[in-house]
Amino acid sequence: MILDTVTPNRRGFLGLAGAGGAALALGAGAAQAQKVRTSARILILGAGAGGAAIANRLADRLDGAEITVLDGKQEHWYQPGFTLVAAGLRPASYATSSITGWLPRGITFVNEYAAELDPEANRVITTGGQRIDYDYLIVSTGLTLDWDAVEGFDLSMVGPETGISAHYASPELAEKSWHALDKFTDEGGVGLFGRPATEMKCAGAPVKICFLGEDIATTKGNRSKCDFIYNAQAQNLFGVPVIHHRVRQIMDERDITYRYQHVLKGIDLGAKTATYTTPEGEVSDNWDFINVIPPQRAPQVIRDSGLAWADRWVDQGWIEVDMQTLRHARYSNVFGIGDINGVPKGKTAASVKFHLPVVEDHLVSEIAGREGTRMYDGYTSCPLITRVGRAMLVEFDYQDNLTPSFPGLIAPLEELWISWLMKEVALKATYNAMLRGRA
Amino acid sequence: MEEFSLMTILAVFEEMFGRVLFWAMVLVAVAITVAYIYVLVRDRTMSMRKFLLAQLSMPVGGVAAVWFVMAMTNSSFADIGGPIDWIVLLGVFVAGAIGFAILVYVVQSLVRGKATEA
Repeated sequence: MILDTVTPNRRGFLGLAGAGGAALALGAGAAQAQKVRTSARILILGAGAGGAAIANRLADRLDGAEITVLDGKQEHWYQPGFTLVAAGLRPASYATSSITGWLPRGITFVNEYAAELDPEANRVITTGGQRIDYDYLIVSTGLTLDWDAVEGFDLSMVGPETGISAHYASPELAEKSWHALDKFTDEGGVGLFGRPATEMKCAGAPVKICFLGEDIATTKGNRSKCDFIYNAQAQNLFGVPVIHHRVRQIMDERDITYRYQHVLKGIDLGAKTATYTTPEGEVSDNWDFINVIPPQRAPQVIRDSGLAWADRWVDQGWIEVDMQTLRHARYSNVFGIGDINGVPKGKTAASVKFHLPVVEDHLVSEIAGREGTRMYDGYTSCPLITRVGRAMLVEFDYQDNLTPSFPGLIAPLEELWISWLMKEVALKATYNAMLRGRA
Repeated sequence: MEEFSLMTILAVFEEMFGRVLFWAMVLVAVAITVAYIYVLVRDRTMSMRKFLLAQLSMPVGGVAAVWFVMAMTNSSFADIGGPIDWIVLLGVFVAGAIGFAILVYVVQSLVRGKATEA
């Protein structure tokens, strides 16, 4: 496949997007003229951020396509809001909406999960036994949180009585996690934080909740009663070296203990101990508060489908897509969006936002008999909250380069109020606009 | 961020406030601006007396705008971290001040009318 090696340049997009805006402003007639006629059957697995947004985009671009979205959930979760819920800044309802409210008219929504996926036969069997044949498949299932992999842990344990936080699990459990953090920062003790050794969604989130806990304890005047220990799975606190050093510096300044190569193996609720695997063997620590984030993997149906990498992330099952086109390496009618993609960076909503135009371009171009040209450069971003009211707007790509959207204006490694405002005020609105295919 | 355009910005603001509230606020802002132009055209001059009161009210509008932003977000003045934060804060103050000054001028002109000008 011949592809133009165009590196997405955000500033370059300004003119392009401006032209697009002008075309839209000309009225529906102009937009309608750009639609591509097709009778293709497009199946979208998952109606999360990636699935809902690509459904809206394709419904806008294609005329006559048979688009089916398959997802067994009833609720859509605004996952970037979980950190705010877990820090007591928003209620659980902030991150919850109805899944169907985000889907366009004129598509078919099947409220079931995929039970079998056969990419050779271009066919999916749903959990309800329905058979769906497709011409193109977009895999946007998200990932599975493997709570069972944490020995001795169960989601029913989360709450202030136990001191266990698991804010990745759901909006409701993020709220319960806040009550646990609230109690810990009132009463003091040892707080354990950390991240799993697998790829994970939003690798900044474990750091954020640690920073927020420390800030809340400080605001309450109870900082001297609380110990904060952050356990990194690798020999760094963040995969991007320049961000690792900045996080380490902040942890040093705020007297947060950090340990490398400590991976949570299990917890003992009765003894209130946590066991970590380290290169020197297992170590156990007492805790009064612990934030549990489990290993993360592709859903079983994807792992069983043959779409996963055979020689990379074998215990996790991410799908084998080209890291620039997001098209499957072995099945050219299959694309991936979001967490499920086996690419080196970015399981975040920001990555989804940048996956979308690439997948849309390659899919619509192919249907129109052309070749897509857009490339994904690994861009992802994270408003890395450092305290209530401040964040660092870190953005980076596959090469670990910082890729600030506002160079010279918003310093990526500076703790800023404006970056906090973006997270607190603008992010959800931008996310929602993205879901509707408008951003 | 990718693909900034007027349509994107409008979409984000619609999501932020809700479509109805956002466009209602836009309409209010447009209405005040139109009323300002109307009284200028009607009076064929800027009343310095009304303008003085409008200017004196500017700090009130500015402070109110800053207070509103601080109250509606989990923010405090201690969170100001760099030059861009001061610029944003100043921008909020200036926007509130100018908006309120125009409102005060328009309200005086509409309520008192042209006749009050000595």
